[in-house]
Amino acid sequence: MIPHCQLPSHIATGPHVSPFVSHNEAGAPYGDHRSEDVHVPANPASVPFAVAPSTDKGEVAMGEPRKHTTTPYVTGNSVLAIKYKDGVLMACDMLGAYGSTKRYKSVQRIIRVNDTTIVGASGEISDFQYISNLLEELMTQDFCYDDGCTMTPSEIHAYLCRVMYNRRNKMDPLWNSLVVAGVDKNGKEGNKSFIGSVGMLGTSYTDSHVATSFGNYLSRPLFREFQRDDMSLEEAVSLMQEALRVLFYRDKTSINKFVLAKVDGEGVAISKPFALDTKWDFKAFMNPSKHAVGSW
Amino acid sequence: MSGVGSGYDLSVTTFSPEGRVFQTEYAGKATDNGVPCVGVCCKDGAILAVEKPEETKMMLPNSNRRIFTVSRHCGMAVPGKLPDGRQIVSRAQQEAENYKRFYGETIPTKVLTDRLANFCHVFSLYWHLRPLGSAALTASFDDDGPHVYLSETNGVSYRYYGIAVGKGRQGIKTELERMKLDQMTCKEALKAVCKCLIKQRDDSSNKKFEIELAWISEETGREFVRVPADLAKECEAAAKKEIEQEEDDDSDMEG
Repeated sequence: MIPHCQLPSHIATGPHVSPFVSHNEAGAPYGDHRSEDVHVPANPASVPFAVAPSTDKGEVAMGEPRKHTTTPYVTGNSVLAIKYKDGVLMACDMLGAYGSTKRYKSVQRIIRVNDTTIVGASGEISDFQYISNLLEELMTQDFCYDDGCTMTPSEIHAYLCRVMYNRRNKMDPLWNSLVVAGVDKNGKEGNKSFIGSVGMLGTSYTDSHVATSFGNYLSRPLFREFQRDDMSLEEAVSLMQEALRVLFYRDKTSINKFVLAKVDGEGVAISKPFALDTKWDFKAFMNPSKHAVGSW
Repeated sequence: MSGVGSGYDLSVTTFSPEGRVFQTEYAGKATDNGVPCVGVCCKDGAILAVEKPEETKMMLPNSNRRIFTVSRHCGMAVPGKLPDGRQIVSRAQQEAENYKRFYGETIPTKVLTDRLANFCHVFSLYWHLRPLGSAALTASFDDDGPHVYLSETNGVSYRYYGIAVGKGRQGIKTELERMKLDQMTCKEALKAVCKCLIKQRDDSSNKKFEIELAWISEETGREFVRVPADLAKECEAAAKKEIEQEEDDDSDMEG
């Protein structure tokens, strides 16, 4: 066998019978089925959103920490949010990717929480569905108090920070990056826009513009340059479209089917899915191997 | 210890020789002597109304609420002992939330009220517990339309077109029976309900009172909400006016 053409062991034969897995011959009562390389991703380049190899990682070996969610399965990618004059905009595509397979193409990853708040999520879709349920329960409780006030975006952001941090402390994180955006109407100086981000481990920050995953690298530079808190809705929408287009060109786990959500003093509006114009007929694409001479 | 049946009313675990459990009946009286509550089921929704006397002049309006929201589609009025009622409400909120979490759907009203009746019933089974001095008048709107249920402290729960509990309930019930509730909209019924409540009042007591109104209908988007303050006031005023008019007519006829 040519050394560098070897398939990762678990793909070749499965984790239990793999000749490459060193079994613990000493016969320890626990953990002898847990080989050293079980949690090493097949391909280090695809660490963040690789589909997990089949292993028994749900079981807890004596003396080892619990390992629940070690890899996400169906994931969504970047979520972008920016402030503008009257409120906030949020956008993302509708892909639910299974590894790198574009498996589900109508996944709504932005939800309306109440009249002033929306939440968008990248990462594991099922975890986000769970978070959606939590938020719905929270809003029902808020409704039951019947005290004439509703939770503000910053309160919901704080709540989600606690949820995420609590789960990471249980070594069972919710595999998401969340963006909370909305308008706080209780402020003394009129409506106040809010955008906050919560990471998988409970790390959080607020800013005038926020992006998750690839968007951090591809969209935020654009936002830093062009986003202003006093920009008009039209300007904000076209900036957002530009950012989405760049993301779609560069990010392989994205599709040309987006939703755009808006929160302003009037309430929440989430758009129907739409596609952006793209251009692929560049000369350099005509003969792809011409400019990239490979080794074979 | 004299007379037939005496001495059998000390515990909920003891029957009297006639087969009655006096303690649960006494508990029912706490509801009967409490503030009047009305629940009616109309064509397009359901209404709950409570008439509360002003306890002291120093109390802020809208304090000591007796109508609570259980879930988006369901609310509750509690006649009788208010603290006991709050226990029932908080249990109802838990039941509704749990059901939603477990089954992913809103709790059917029948299930909710049955569970509440069971909850109340448990308090009439053990000598170390006191039966609840309150009932739960539930109004809701689910897939098969609006409902009004009454779960009582002795553990029964029935569905009604219209029901009244508390002081003066007999008078109100008779009024309700005369109304064509299934042909009325909530908005129309609102005034009629206010009228029932004001009519049965003891005229001799000049105590001020407050009417708490809440409803759930197509108009409220099938969400249980309090009736807007201005609309509630309007209905109350209109009801008062009508009653005065009727009284004038009566006295004219007599004269």
